[in-house]
Amino acid sequence: MNYEEKWQAERERAGFLVLADGAVFRGVAFGAREDRLGEAVFNTGMSGYQEIATDPSYAGQIVALTTAEVGNYGTNPDDAESRGLFLSGLVVNELAEPSNFRSTLPLDRLLADAGVPGLRALDTRSLTLHLRDHGSQKAYLHASNEPLDPAEAVERARAWEGLDGQDYAARVSCKVAYDFASDLRGEVESVKGKGKSGGQDETLPFTLSTLNSTATSGAERPLVAVYDFGVKRNILRSLASFARVRVVPAKTPAEEVLALKPAGVFLSNGPADPAALPYAIENIRKILGLIPCDDSLVTRHSSLVTPMTGGPRPPVMGICLGHQLLALACGAKTGRLAFGHHGCNHPVKELATGKVQITSQNHNFAVLADSLPPELEVTHVNLNDGTIEGLRHKTLPAFSVQYHPEACPGPHDAAPLFDRFRVLLASRAPAAR
Amino acid sequence: MPKRTDIRKILVVGAGPIVIGQGCEFDYSGVQAVKALKREGYEVVLANSNPATVMTDPERADRTYIEPLTADVLHEVIRRERPDALLPTLGGQTALNLAMELSKSGVLRRYRVELIGADADAIARAEDRNLFQGAMRELGLDLPRGGSAHTPEEARAVARAIGSWPLVVRPGFTLGGTGGGIARDAASFDAIVARGLAASLNGEVLVEECLEGWKEFEMEVMRDRAGTAVIVCSIENLDPMGVHTGDSITVAPIQTLTDREYQAMRDDSIRVLEKVGVATGGSNVQWAVDPRSGRRVIIEMNPRVSRSSALASKATGFPIAKIAALLAVGYTLDELPNDITRKTPACFEPALDYVVVKVPRFAFEKFPGADITLGTQMKAVGEVMAIGRTFKQAWCKAVRSLEAPLRYHDLSRFDPWFRREIAEVAAFKVFLGSKVRTFEGSKVRRTKFAKGGEEAQLLRQAKVFGLSDAEIAEACGTTEDTVRSRRLALGIRPEFRAVDTCAGEFEAATPYFYSCYGWDEGHGTRDAGTAAPRLKSRVSRPQKSKVLVLGGGPNRIGQGIEFDWCCCHAAFALRDRGFEVVMMNSNPETVSTDYDTSDRLYFEPLTFEDAMEVYEREGCDGAIVQLGGQTPLNLAARLEAAGVKVLGTSPRDIDRAEDRDEFQALVAEAGVKQPPSGIAHSVADARRIAAKLGYPVLVRPSFVLGGRAMAIVSTPEELEKYAAEAVAAAHGKPILVDKFLDHAVELDVDCVADGRRCVVGAILEHVEAAGCHSGDAAAVTPPRSLSPGTIAEVERIARVFAEKLHVVGLMNIQLAVRKGEVWMIEVNPRASRTVPFVSKAVGWPLADVAARVMTGETLDGILGPETPDAERGAAGAPRSASKSPYYCVKEAVFPFARFPGADVALTPEMKSTGEVMAIDADPEIAYFKSQVAAGSPLPKGGDVFVSLRDEDKAGGVELARELARLGYGIYATLGTSTALWAAGIKSKAVFRISRGRPSALDLLREKAVGWIVSTAETGHEATEDNARLRTAATAAGVPLTTTLAGFRAAVAGLSENGPLGETAVRSLQEWHALLPDA
Repeated sequence: MNYEEKWQAERERAGFLVLADGAVFRGVAFGAREDRLGEAVFNTGMSGYQEIATDPSYAGQIVALTTAEVGNYGTNPDDAESRGLFLSGLVVNELAEPSNFRSTLPLDRLLADAGVPGLRALDTRSLTLHLRDHGSQKAYLHASNEPLDPAEAVERARAWEGLDGQDYAARVSCKVAYDFASDLRGEVESVKGKGKSGGQDETLPFTLSTLNSTATSGAERPLVAVYDFGVKRNILRSLASFARVRVVPAKTPAEEVLALKPAGVFLSNGPADPAALPYAIENIRKILGLIPCDDSLVTRHSSLVTPMTGGPRPPVMGICLGHQLLALACGAKTGRLAFGHHGCNHPVKELATGKVQITSQNHNFAVLADSLPPELEVTHVNLNDGTIEGLRHKTLPAFSVQYHPEACPGPHDAAPLFDRFRVLLASRAPAAR
Repeated sequence: MPKRTDIRKILVVGAGPIVIGQGCEFDYSGVQAVKALKREGYEVVLANSNPATVMTDPERADRTYIEPLTADVLHEVIRRERPDALLPTLGGQTALNLAMELSKSGVLRRYRVELIGADADAIARAEDRNLFQGAMRELGLDLPRGGSAHTPEEARAVARAIGSWPLVVRPGFTLGGTGGGIARDAASFDAIVARGLAASLNGEVLVEECLEGWKEFEMEVMRDRAGTAVIVCSIENLDPMGVHTGDSITVAPIQTLTDREYQAMRDDSIRVLEKVGVATGGSNVQWAVDPRSGRRVIIEMNPRVSRSSALASKATGFPIAKIAALLAVGYTLDELPNDITRKTPACFEPALDYVVVKVPRFAFEKFPGADITLGTQMKAVGEVMAIGRTFKQAWCKAVRSLEAPLRYHDLSRFDPWFRREIAEVAAFKVFLGSKVRTFEGSKVRRTKFAKGGEEAQLLRQAKVFGLSDAEIAEACGTTEDTVRSRRLALGIRPEFRAVDTCAGEFEAATPYFYSCYGWDEGHGTRDAGTAAPRLKSRVSRPQKSKVLVLGGGPNRIGQGIEFDWCCCHAAFALRDRGFEVVMMNSNPETVSTDYDTSDRLYFEPLTFEDAMEVYEREGCDGAIVQLGGQTPLNLAARLEAAGVKVLGTSPRDIDRAEDRDEFQALVAEAGVKQPPSGIAHSVADARRIAAKLGYPVLVRPSFVLGGRAMAIVSTPEELEKYAAEAVAAAHGKPILVDKFLDHAVELDVDCVADGRRCVVGAILEHVEAAGCHSGDAAAVTPPRSLSPGTIAEVERIARVFAEKLHVVGLMNIQLAVRKGEVWMIEVNPRASRTVPFVSKAVGWPLADVAARVMTGETLDGILGPETPDAERGAAGAPRSASKSPYYCVKEAVFPFARFPGADVALTPEMKSTGEVMAIDADPEIAYFKSQVAAGSPLPKGGDVFVSLRDEDKAGGVELARELARLGYGIYATLGTSTALWAAGIKSKAVFRISRGRPSALDLLREKAVGWIVSTAETGHEATEDNARLRTAATAAGVPLTTTLAGFRAAVAGLSENGPLGETAVRSLQEWHALLPDA
């Protein structure tokens, strides 16, 4: 774009974001020239806009980045955290042209190609302070060329059903189970479902430069079944460093998962309201052995002859939405935080060791401390506001964290948590045999 | 983990005088540390030789040793004080090096003093290149290829092994890379290696592959004893590798790394701290990244608070030094609160929603002939920081904060990202100009510069892009006032946003703000308390009077930490008196920009436009402009005209002191002699005036601090040259030509007046004869050679001028005394460079008193009513003039070693970067200590070179006799040698440099002498020989004494004390207790 056009657009500032409470924030459209409804949230991370844009957990949300300059290092295929973009819109203070040796596509193009609208030259600090004081809100992002009165947009935002009680996980989950593989040469996601699939990367299996794979041959590795509620790729990479990874759609019955005889079950991150996923809660209860499985389903889906109603259960690990679902399955309740935790600088203390980690976080809902059943023990707390960051089942091999040990974006302090899962799997292995 | 109770008393070591590479950032860190440790109940002992620091104020530490920072002296302090621990990580490289010396010599073990923060092993691992590289290799980190060498031959072998040019040569164990450089061929390589070997404290240089053009990044890491680590701030250098980070334009946070690259660098930075063994505290880790491949190598780490830490603290609001001190005594990060939010812990990583730009400030104009290429050796004397909502805004604010032309290595080497942003601003200026021309024919040209709504839009866009009113005016061919009035008429005003460490996620409790222009009107005024309407409605307590204190901006030669000290003290005093103090400054190294020095802090350029916005937005009741040096003073008249109430001496009276004609009339009225002078507007004028006055004359521009372009001229030929320079430096204002008083003793007098009464704080007598800039002169107080009658006359002059200039606040008077006659040189009704020194010398904080009288108190009210002897008798009054039981000496510190090739002579143009103070009951010992403290300890034996001008021969010969008696060998020029032989003193004669060899240059080259005494004329009269001798001495690191007075004091110090280690040390508090009415 030439300067004069850019400057002209900045002076006109035809795009806007309105909140349900009537606040209007003007900006300049970029990305797809479309209008979108969504829940407005802010993220305080200073890097990682591509990871944020490709994190399925942001489905249904319009994400405002508080960092001053965005787009500086472009985007590249390696840093994508999923097969696409699921957020409803991206709002930035200043959009810059990229300069980085890995950049293959400017952010503007990434959004445009994915049909996601964005606003730039928008006062994200004012928006952030508004959301901080008044909470996350339903919002309408106007980036199309159709003229629209902001008042009309406010009405549309108010009329939108919002995220509460909505199952967004099913929308972003893969539709068909697949194996995620990683080795030293790179990572390959092969779609093993028959025929056409809704798995990750329907078009092409792609290769990533490897991050931290360990070279153990596939056969010796334990199998981890991953419930995909909107899983981030670095969770899969982290698990694949020690396990064979089978990703299954959000609504896969527990019986079907157990029939895989997994060494462990992983509950992924994902968007929106955990309470809107009763099927997932029921499946988790079955996997934990808290309620019986439906043996008829087991025989239909597997070659197993022994019923699944008894016997040892595979260890379970959950992250973010998976953490909330595990808590709900054990009888706890979840609720909304005023404006959520979205950023890369949240201090989390592990109560057992006193060790503090700086964590990546992205959630609007949280497990309510006063709702915990006696079987659940709080293992981690957030030092900023004291909210629950980690849970452990006292008798079953299940634990979960609210934050993101897989980072991407954010610090890697919590990455050893995956190791804990690996050790847990190893310790349970003889019993499972 | 709670704080340690097994230690009670902690020795904190400061950084000593301000030098290039070690600026006032270490005062900021020291103040934070001392404050934090005292609040925790520890007894704090402080050692620092720099009197201009806030940390050495007697009320800060329990015991404050203003003594030379040498291992001998610290040994003595430790012996006297028996501290349990020594905190070495807050006093820069100086403190770290001293801690290592004390550890190696066994002093710490002998007195059971524990190093806290970083132990000797960790310091060695970080500082010794071999140990460091070995440790980094063990971590699997990539390093630049290279090796270390202890001889030129070894260095050449390393160069051959690397096999390509250019190569970087870095000496081990130095400050700010002194003596290093980039060699592009074998010839320059040998020269740089030789210089590096000489500069290195451990005789080692590092030769490395040159990473020129690679991008450079820094991470500021904090670590506690539980192993928790956080990145406080990430920094990207705009100038690429090859330019010292202190000389680089830097940006925070990092702009051009992906999260993946950033996090990998973060992981490795934390691993580096663990590997080096930094137990607790802050460290700076530097990385280089090849922009083509992403290959990343580690450059270095500093296991201590650094220049970058100070920047990071100011850039993020995270108080690194304070937290480092608390971690050193055992706390963990999660136990300490984040001061800014108060509700969340310090255990977090600040999130920035703004961009910070730091730009270095240079002083090459002071050192003609010096190599001005930016390289691995730091040359900047100061820096500015600016905060904006975008890089463009921060960039523009930083550039206008500089008050000097921007200087960078090579714009084409900046990452394209930054280049594009800078280019867009430049393009917009052109575009703005073209828009105005469209309307040029219109009659509204004078008041508007575009039509209707477009004007408002364009003007707002210009502000969003960061342009100042003055820049917009320049782009549009109009005046700043026109732009300003249009902008105000259109309601385009900045918003003030909080530096809140959390990008708005939590409410900030600490009012630390920066201005920015948003795209929209009305948004962004929600940061707590910054919006004027909100402020008014929020006030529930009785309204306090609000005072704006304007700081001094970037440090430069002539305007440095001393003025910041004054601003801080005004803030302390006024806050104590119930005022609300608003501080405004652009210098990240300072204590004034610490968020708890004032009630409200604005990190802003010190321009008329920015000051007005802060003043009006805050609804201030008055502004103090006389404490921050020339920068705020230059704004005074415009601020007053725009409605600011200037507190203290009026801008009009300040001008009267600067205006030659008015001032001459005042001097005549006061019955004081003044060297005859004239005002010149051109070189021809100057020639005429000089001929009339008779040579020598002093030539200088008016309205310039620090003696810029000032020279003593003794021939018409010289006049041509220097007058032309002065005319250029005067920027359209006239230049002054004074008859020069040679062989006079110069005095500095610092006073406080309240419009009625004037109290002299102290009279300083210069050690050097008149002609060298007062900032460069060594000075002693109380004066040694003045008769009671002369002192009475000096005090009379002070009273008369305070009255005539209606001085309310500080006043500095410079006088010359020749043959018992007092001559007026100049009066500056403002803070002077010597105010902190004087305050410490007399135990009476002049700046505090000045701030109080500026805000309405009277000296009678503060000191009690005047009695005939009030200034010396009343409680709280200074024990001035002649009655002190001890002598205080101030000595200047020079950066000549940084500027090979520049003339080292002292002239009327100020060249020193900092100063030291020394105190003793005996003035000769005090002077001797000051020389040691200033970094040129005299040799304890060996040979001395002596060259005396004729008029000094009689006195100098006796001093040489004393040297010979003490066992020193003497080399002398032929003339001096003859005089020595005639007096019966043995000496070896050498040639004058231009006459033959061997000469003193050969002696220096062969390291045959350890001290040069050369009292030949300084300045304009210096022969080629003298310039070369001084340059060589400075380059060789050999102390140089250039005056007979200096020679006399040094010899006295040597003869009475021998090595300084045996000299008693004493704390400032003990000295003050000796004062008559203490």
